[in-house]
Amino acid sequence: MSNHAGFILAAYGVSFIALAILIGWIFVDQRTQRQALQELELRGVRRRSEAKTDGAS
Amino acid sequence: MGALFIRDIRLGLRAGGGVLIGILFFLAVITVVPFGVGPDLKLLARIGAAMLWIGALLATLLGLDRLFQADRDDGSLDLLIMASERHMLALTVLIKCLAHWTVSVLPLVVASPLLGLFMNMEPAAIGATTLTLLVGTPAITLIGAVGAAVAVSLPRGGLLVSVIILPLTVPVLIFGVSASYGAVEDPAPFLAPFLILAAITLFFAVLGPLAAAAALKSSAD
Amino acid sequence: MSETVSKTARWIDWANPTRFMTFAAAFLPWLGGLTTLVLAVGFWMSMQAPDDYQQGATVKIMFIHVPFAWLSMMCYTIMTLAALGTLVWRHPLADVSAKAAAPIGAVFTALALVTGSLWGKPMWGTWWVWDARLTSVFVLFLMYLGIIALTRAIDDPAKSAKATAILTLVGFINIPIIKFSVDWWNTLHQPASVLRMGGSTIDPSLLWPLLVMAIGFTLLFFTLHMQAMRNEIWRRRVVAMRRVAARSAERRTVQ
Repeated sequence: MSNHAGFILAAYGVSFIALAILIGWIFVDQRTQRQALQELELRGVRRRSEAKTDGAS
Repeated sequence: MGALFIRDIRLGLRAGGGVLIGILFFLAVITVVPFGVGPDLKLLARIGAAMLWIGALLATLLGLDRLFQADRDDGSLDLLIMASERHMLALTVLIKCLAHWTVSVLPLVVASPLLGLFMNMEPAAIGATTLTLLVGTPAITLIGAVGAAVAVSLPRGGLLVSVIILPLTVPVLIFGVSASYGAVEDPAPFLAPFLILAAITLFFAVLGPLAAAAALKSSAD
Repeated sequence: MSETVSKTARWIDWANPTRFMTFAAAFLPWLGGLTTLVLAVGFWMSMQAPDDYQQGATVKIMFIHVPFAWLSMMCYTIMTLAALGTLVWRHPLADVSAKAAAPIGAVFTALALVTGSLWGKPMWGTWWVWDARLTSVFVLFLMYLGIIALTRAIDDPAKSAKATAILTLVGFINIPIIKFSVDWWNTLHQPASVLRMGGSTIDPSLLWPLLVMAIGFTLLFFTLHMQAMRNEIWRRRVVAMRRVAARSAERRTVQ
């Protein structure tokens, strides 16, 4: 166990870090796009096919 | 179709010495190898076939972006796509690939025996490598047609084409090199990988032009 | 009669990005919660799992390595289906799905390679072997990167969708060839050292954590995929709205 613990920890650690970065990236992306949308809506820009249901998103 | 073939060959021979550049690149890659691995003749003879294959692969990839680029620049690509009601576009692509192969890849195959001598390879190995290159490189061009067609509208598509195509050419390389080795080393067979190589070329002769034609059509509209 | 009409109408609604957005907004928190729960349980179970009599404690790496490898293939299959959707049915969500899946698939493939390498070092004594399975997964990883590069290189979403779809399909047809060629190449040069893991040879005490982890990571993939699709749709809306805004601003200055 002891001589392989490093490898196991490294495997789990790398996976955790990579997935955290992936999830983080997706969430940052989500926030950026949402903010951009809100800002545009505040400026009164409307999509051509503006639907009522958009507010939920 | 014959006219298109001859026209493409003429254009390829004329346009800016592309043939010469391809051969020079091939020569340069092969020349660099002994500097990298050292001038050990035995070692060079052993890796010679693989090095010739890798050099030919890279040199083929180098010229691929010109497959449709020139035609796109002068607008004749649009004409070819528009003519797809009379001739199947995939057939046109196949003819263009053949012309491109004849102009810019066939010289590499012709030059490879000479480079094989540089690599201290046996005559049988040189012959086998040249033969496998002759059979295998069309597959690279045909796969490359897909990449070239997909990236045709991009300003700097050349590098991207190589990056996209390289993983797809792995089987060609594997069977080409193993057939070349099979001719020299005893336990390894020559015929089986050679036939598989031919099968891959025929397979991509169908798949490549079809996919490339679809990509060209979508880039046009 | 009216039944079929409403059914087709519902199917078309599902293809509508706006519908997808409302569905995703409602569904995602639940999916995310479920993912966290299953992954937590799976993690706990894999920590509790006994050591393998041959592999020792390193068998714990299997609980993440196998799901990653499975997901790397499933993701490419999903992208192929999406590519078919783009080319054949012109489904409006298909290319969003393919574009969103590619980076996630690349990450999972990279993780499968890294964890496999970390498992191989203590077990085989080397980080990397050019064996059939490793090589073909590595080629798969390169293809993911090529697809991502192509998607990012073309600005126009409609054009990049078709180009990427064609490349994905060609790649998918090529994958069996690569697999086969690499298998063949390997047997020619060196004896295979592929780790055999038939379902029957594995002990239930190890199989259950593995299954739970696999389900957990699959759920994680779908959560991330759906969220990434949502981001992509938002991004396209932002681009479209910016264009509208620029045009109206231009009109105003002209008047």
